[in-house]
This record gives sequence, C-alpha cells and structure tokens, in this order.
Amino acid sequence: MAGYRDHKFSGSRDDYEKRLAGSTTLYVGNLSFHTKEEQIYELFSKCGDIKRVILGLNRITKTPCGFCFIEYYDREDAHNAIRYIGGTRLDERIIRTDWDAGFIEGRQYGRGKAGGQVRDEYRTDYDPGRGGFGKYIAKKLEGNPGPSEPPKVM
Amino acid sequence: MSKRRNWDDDPERPRKRYRNERPTEEEDIEDNLEHLIVKLGDRSTSALEKNLEELVEILDHDVSKSAKSNIIKIICDCVANLPEKTSIYATLVGLLNNKNYHVGGDIIEMLVKCFKDCTKACEWDKSLSYVRFFGDLVNCHVISHGSLMNLFETLVDVTMEDNIPQVRSDFFVYAVLSALPWVGYELCDKKEQDLEQLLNTIDNYMTKRSKVHHTALRVWYSDTPHPQEEYLDCLWSQITKLRSDKWEENHIYRPYINFSKALCEALQHNLPAITIPPHDASYTYPYPKVVFRLFDYTDCPDGPILPGAHSIDRYLIEQNIRWILSTHHRDLKTCSFSLIGLQGGHKFPLEYVLVETILAEIFALPTSKYLEIFYGSLLLKLCKMQPGSLPQVLAQAVEMIFDRLDTMNVACVDRFASWFAYHLSNFQYAWNWDDWSACLTLDPLHPKPKFVRECLLRCMRLSYHQRIAEIVPDGFKILLPDLPEPMNKYAVTDESIKIPGSGLSNQLNELIKNKTPIEEIMKTLDDLDNSTNAGDAEFTPHSLKIDVFLTVLLNAASKSFSHLFSALLKYNQILLSLNNSEDAQRCILNAIYEVWRRHPQLLVVLTDKLLKAGIVDFPAVANWIFSKELANDFTRSYIWEILHSTIRRHIKQVENLQKKLQELKEAKEKSEKAQSTDKDEKDIKEEKEVEPSNEEAIESLEEKVETALSDQKNLFLIVFQHFIMILSEHIQTCEAKGRSFKNHWFRWCIGRLQQVFEHHQHVFKYNSVLESLLFTNDIDAHILIIFRQFCSLQA
Repeated sequence: MAGYRDHKFSGSRDDYEKRLAGSTTLYVGNLSFHTKEEQIYELFSKCGDIKRVILGLNRITKTPCGFCFIEYYDREDAHNAIRYIGGTRLDERIIRTDWDAGFIEGRQYGRGKAGGQVRDEYRTDYDPGRGGFGKYIAKKLEGNPGPSEPPKVM
Repeated sequence: MSKRRNWDDDPERPRKRYRNERPTEEEDIEDNLEHLIVKLGDRSTSALEKNLEELVEILDHDVSKSAKSNIIKIICDCVANLPEKTSIYATLVGLLNNKNYHVGGDIIEMLVKCFKDCTKACEWDKSLSYVRFFGDLVNCHVISHGSLMNLFETLVDVTMEDNIPQVRSDFFVYAVLSALPWVGYELCDKKEQDLEQLLNTIDNYMTKRSKVHHTALRVWYSDTPHPQEEYLDCLWSQITKLRSDKWEENHIYRPYINFSKALCEALQHNLPAITIPPHDASYTYPYPKVVFRLFDYTDCPDGPILPGAHSIDRYLIEQNIRWILSTHHRDLKTCSFSLIGLQGGHKFPLEYVLVETILAEIFALPTSKYLEIFYGSLLLKLCKMQPGSLPQVLAQAVEMIFDRLDTMNVACVDRFASWFAYHLSNFQYAWNWDDWSACLTLDPLHPKPKFVRECLLRCMRLSYHQRIAEIVPDGFKILLPDLPEPMNKYAVTDESIKIPGSGLSNQLNELIKNKTPIEEIMKTLDDLDNSTNAGDAEFTPHSLKIDVFLTVLLNAASKSFSHLFSALLKYNQILLSLNNSEDAQRCILNAIYEVWRRHPQLLVVLTDKLLKAGIVDFPAVANWIFSKELANDFTRSYIWEILHSTIRRHIKQVENLQKKLQELKEAKEKSEKAQSTDKDEKDIKEEKEVEPSNEEAIESLEEKVETALSDQKNLFLIVFQHFIMILSEHIQTCEAKGRSFKNHWFRWCIGRLQQVFEHHQHVFKYNSVLESLLFTNDIDAHILIIFRQFCSLQA
C-alpha cells in the first residue's frame, strides 16, 4: 500500500497505527474535481453499507478538490473497497484508496496554499479533471488559461 | 509453540509478533518451515522437484519430535485450504512416507481426524479436498487401493440412508465422483470389479434423483444452444465418458510422476474405517448447482480446442479456476497471476475458459459466492494483463449473452447490466451500440431494450447524464435515463392555475429558506388542520401536509446527497410527527417518489435513510413497492433494489440484536464463572450489584429479538402475498380476455418473485408458515412451482 498518512495527526505513531488497524474509514484520492457524491455512493456501495461520505473541499472556495473520506459500518466492507476498487476508475480516472484513521472535523479541507490539496500546488501536468495545471505553474502561465471542462448537470 | 496460521487473514498483511514476544530459535525454524510448506509450488514449477526434495530432507532430519506434529497439522491445513495444490502436497506426503513409514502413518491419522472434523462442522469444501487427497495418496503409494475403495463405498452408502435430504446423499456422491479423475486409473487397474460395482450403485442413485430444483437455478430457461445441465448429472456424464476413455485425462498436474521410482518402493498404509457423522437437522448441505455454458469449440476457432461439455477436462480446468478464486479472492493480484499462469494453459483456450467460469460465478443462483465487484475487478485486471486477447473474448461473451437475453433469468439480467456498466466505466464507455440497434424497435418490455436501458442507467449512476448521452448513437436516445432532476408540482409559474397546496408550499419554502426554527414550522403545519377546507382538496389535509412539506424540503435540499441527508436529519422531528399512520407513511414514500422519480439511485438511498431513521417502517416500504402509484416502474430494477435493500436492512437489524444478546450472555457467563471461582469478597459484592440489571437487559433483548424475528416473518409474508395477488390477478385478467398470460410482464414478475429467494437462509426459516398460509394448492400452479423449486434446494 502506498504511503498515505495524515501528516497532521495529533497522537503518537503507535496510536495512529492502532487506529488504522481498527478503522472503517477510507481515504480516496485522485478524484476529479467534478466527481459528485452520488457517484462515490454508487461505486463504493458495491462493497457494503456506507455510513457517510465526506467530500474534500477547497479550503477557500469550498468546492470539491479531488479527495474524500468514506466511512463504512463494517471494516470488512471497507477492506473490500481497498481490495477491489483501489486502482480502478471512477469518472475515468484511476483512484487510490487507503485506510484512514477516522474523520475529524476540519480534515475535509485542502491543505495547500491555494486551498486545494498540496499535490495540486506543484503539479506540472495539465489535468482537466483537477482544475488544469498545478497552482504554481498556473500562476506563471497567467493570462493563458487552459480549456476548462464543461460543467456537469445533476 | 508455533502460532496457527489464520487462513482467513489478509495475505497482504505481514504476520507480526508483538514487540515483547521474542521468538525462540525453534519457533523461528518452525515459522520458516510453515512458510516453505504453504508456499510450496507457488512460483515456478521448474524448481518444485528440488524444493520438494530439500523440504523432505529438512523435515526428516532437522525437526524435533514435538515440532513434527505441528508440521503435520500445517500440511493437513494446506490440503484443506489450498485445494489447487493438493497434488503437490500428496507428493510431499509420499516422499515423507517413503523416508519414514511412521511419519506417513501419523500424517494419515491426522488427515482422517481433520476430514471427520470438517464433515461434522459442515465445512464441505474442505471435506471434498480431503477425499480427493486420499485418492491422490493412492497414486503416491501412501494408501492402499483397497482401503480407499472402502472409503468410497462408505461415502456412497450414504445414498442408502433413510429419511435424509437428497442434498446430503448428493454431496457424498459428488465427493467420490470429483475424486475419481485423480485415482480412477489406479482403481481400475487394481480394483476393477469393486470400482464397477461402485459405479453401478452410483448409476442406480442417479436415475432415482429428483430434479425439481433444476429450473430455479438455471441462468437460461432454454436449452439452446447449450443445455443447462444439473451439476451432478453433468459430472456423472463426464465420469462415464472418462471411464470409457480408460480413465485417461489430460489436465491433472501430477508432480509425483517424476518421483515414481522412489515412491513405488514405499510401504502403503491402510486407511482406517471411517464412519460418516449421521444426518442432523441442523446441518446445511451445499445447494445443487447448474452448469453454466456459454461457449463450445466453434466459438473459439483459433488455437487449441475447447474440450467438450462432457469431457472431464472441461470440468478439471473449471474446478482449478474455482479453487484459485477461493484461495486468492482477497488478493486480486495473486489471483489474476495464478489464473493467467494456469497449469497447462497452452493446451486449451485459456481466455475462453476463464471468461466462461468467471461469468458462471457472477450468474450463480440464488447468489454468487463473492461480491459482484470482486469478479468485475478481476475481469478488469485480466483484461489489463492480456490486452491482446481477453477483452475480445469478453466482448464476444457479452454479444452472446445479449443474444440470449430472451430466456435469461431476471436476477441474472440485473447482474449482467450492473457488471457490464461497471466494466464500461473502466473503458471510457467504448462499445459498439449500433450492433444492438435492432432492439430499438422491440416492445419496450422485451428483455433486450430493457437491458440496454438498465445498463445505460447504471452507466449514468457511475458517471453523469451528459457523458452517457455522448456515448450512445442518436437512435438510442429513447433508452437514455431521465435527467436526474427533482420535480416540484407545487411550483407553478402561471398564477392563474391554482393547485391545492401551492400556497402552503410557498409559505414553507420561505420558512425553510429563512432557517426558521423547527417549532415554528411545526406550528404552521399544525395550524393547517384548522384552516384548510377538506371539501375542495383532492387530498385529506394530513396527506397534503406531508406531500407539500416533503416536496418543499426535498427540493430545497436537492443540491447534493449531503444536503439531502442533513435536511432529513434536521427536520427529523417534523418527519416523525407527520408519520402518524400507515397511510401517512405511504404519503411520505409517494412524496419522495414524486420529487425524485427521475433519480432512481436517490430513491434507493432515501428509502433506506427513512427506514434507518424510523420515519417509515419495513412493511410500509414492501406495500408501497406493489402499490398502484409505482405500477409504471414495476418492471424497473431499482424498485427491486429498494425491496432487497429493505429486506437486507431488516435482516441486519435482527443480526445486530442477536449479536448483542450473545455478547451479553457471554459476559454473564463469564461473570458467573468468576463469581464461583473468585473468593474475593469485594468482587462478589460488585458482581451482585451488576447482575440483576444484566439479567433484565438479557430478558428485554430476548424479547426484542423475538419481536424482530416475528417482524421478519411478517415482512416475507407481505412480500410473497403481494406477489401471489398481483400474479393471480394478471393470470385471471389475461384468461378472461382470452390472451396468453405468459407475456413479458409475467416473465419479469415471476423472475422478481424468484429473486426474493436470494435471501434463502432467512426464507427457509419460514418455509412451513409460507406453505400453510400462502403457497397452498389453491393458487395457480405457475406461481406455486416457484416456491416448490426453491424448497427443493434444501430437500
């Protein structure tokens, strides 16, 4: 499993490991900014009953910024989601799944300078599903924004 | 002592020792040995012989006597849990026996014990592995031919037992038949007459078996192009053919052949006489199955030939695939690698057999063994690993299934649509829809247009409306799902049109938008009772209130799932107060349907939320499913998604209560034990204080469980009664009009009735009630037979 971890976790490393081992919550990454909760429900319900989905939001704009937390009722269901959904596509993007130590209010917000995820700060590729270029490059290229994806209809 | 390997553990997770628990040197050796044994033959088979020889050396020399019994247990566990590798373990045991006759004896003793234990515990798959393993041990000169023959005779003798369900005798006959490909040649060579007699007994049994269950398990109702054979019938035909082929098969991997020189010098043991545990009412045996066939040799013209339906090779290859799925289903990567690297994969069209066997598992009735998404994800992985061949074969399979949709079981049509949409969602939704355009002119209730419609809806649920509109050709637009938007019948722009409730709707809309306190909104709703003139409204005031409030609320919170869920939470109190009768619940359900009828997924999710919040109850949802308000959507699959998620939710509630009760009882037992052994006065005093409340809690929980179980029974009764009524009415109406009742609608409805039996373990509990109250001889034979077929799954 790739090295996802909550860098702002307040407890000790052992504590963190212990929580992960009993967790029913997943972190899901590399989502498109346009992916909606209902799509996440549709896909992840295939592994079991979902307690809640918390969509990651840009801290400043309060719009989706490409990740979410999914809490299941049963750990085995969450485990199956990691086994079978991680590495497959949602909205035609390969998504990643990892154990999460459990959602705490505030964690739904991006921690990058621009309010989104840190990984979208210095990204050098053009990713239409995640707002085009990384923020750093986009600033440099200002005045020449890439094409934006058409908005979705509910 | 070495720690027992937990076979249900996740293979990805490394085994960890606690930090303060330092392994002794001996434990280390044992752990290493266990690892070597479990992994034996996993990677390359080229090194297998060397590995076997080395392992035998180590086991023979370097292991202490106390460790030996642990090692023997590990080998026995491997036989049960790694069925795809039994021949390798047979070779290992053969070589060990050759080195040391006593060790061979110890192993057999342990194997026999394991076989008895798992048979008593109804772990049937493991029992099968052991029987087959005993057969292979004859090949490895560990067990004598005669004593194996005795075991086989004992197993087949179960068919002579009185008053047992057929599934019991079927199982033991199957155990013998499935072991015969391994050892048939040897038995024929050394014990020909005994074998003949055994096969005659089986033949006799086969002609007497009932096959009422067959239809209930069929993926297709038609036998063209391929017959859907009953599993034991099919295996019997395959064995009969194998016998006429002088017991020569081409697909069993027999590593012991390379050691035959050493092995044939070994002394053989006699298997002790084994008594089969007698039947007990609490035993559940494996259900019978139907052999799913999609391809024959004409479908795969290039490369090696696909073995025919009655060739034992077909069975052996499929069985190997199923074993790999069962061993590695928790680990997709290993699973897909093992499948692609299947033994002898060059001798048959591997992709075809893989696709056929995996689809067979997806369509297995009454339920598939693993999660649908496991199979879906596995197929994606296989496509990625074999991009040049597997996607093409899979596409061919999809075309063939589509062609045969006319006669496909309804639950299987659902699974097909759901899997295919998931599959497409991983391949940019690329498909040649134009090839299916002939279905556009068919009756909309015909399975083909219906499948395409459901499939596109599933695609949209994983994606979004505009994307799916882009992928289909223009002609298919009529099958596109609705734009999933909310509706609001009270929002009229034209002032001249007056509909009852629009005034209230505006009022409530303002109140909700302005975040008015709940109490105030409640008061507004209560005041309504006094002001509305009941005479000029089509609704009674209460139902109008419910309808307006929910319409306004659901529209106001329509932005996202989160908005809707928090709105339901926020106004929970009002919703609970609105629910004052069964009629009120029906109004609530109709209101959400009126608003969100274009968003089936949301209807499924919202119904579930309302159930969880206690705003509607289970019977209300079941009654609603069959109500005239939903009649238009009756054949759409989301309706049944709602019904089954409702049933599942109830089952889970009961299980949670039972679990809690169990925990309380265990805690009580523990404290009682502690009380009787512990002399510490203080402790006793404390427990005495705890006890009465514990007792009470147990009693009240027991009551709750009982009520919940009786509710569960009622829920099934309601569902089945509705089916009987609606089907009987259909038959009578058609007959009165002189038309055949066997139309598309009838087919869908019968299929949905069959689908309820997917909750088989729970329905079985109420069989006798169902039989005496509902499925009586008074109802139409076409409905009754569905129930009878289901009952025969356990008969």
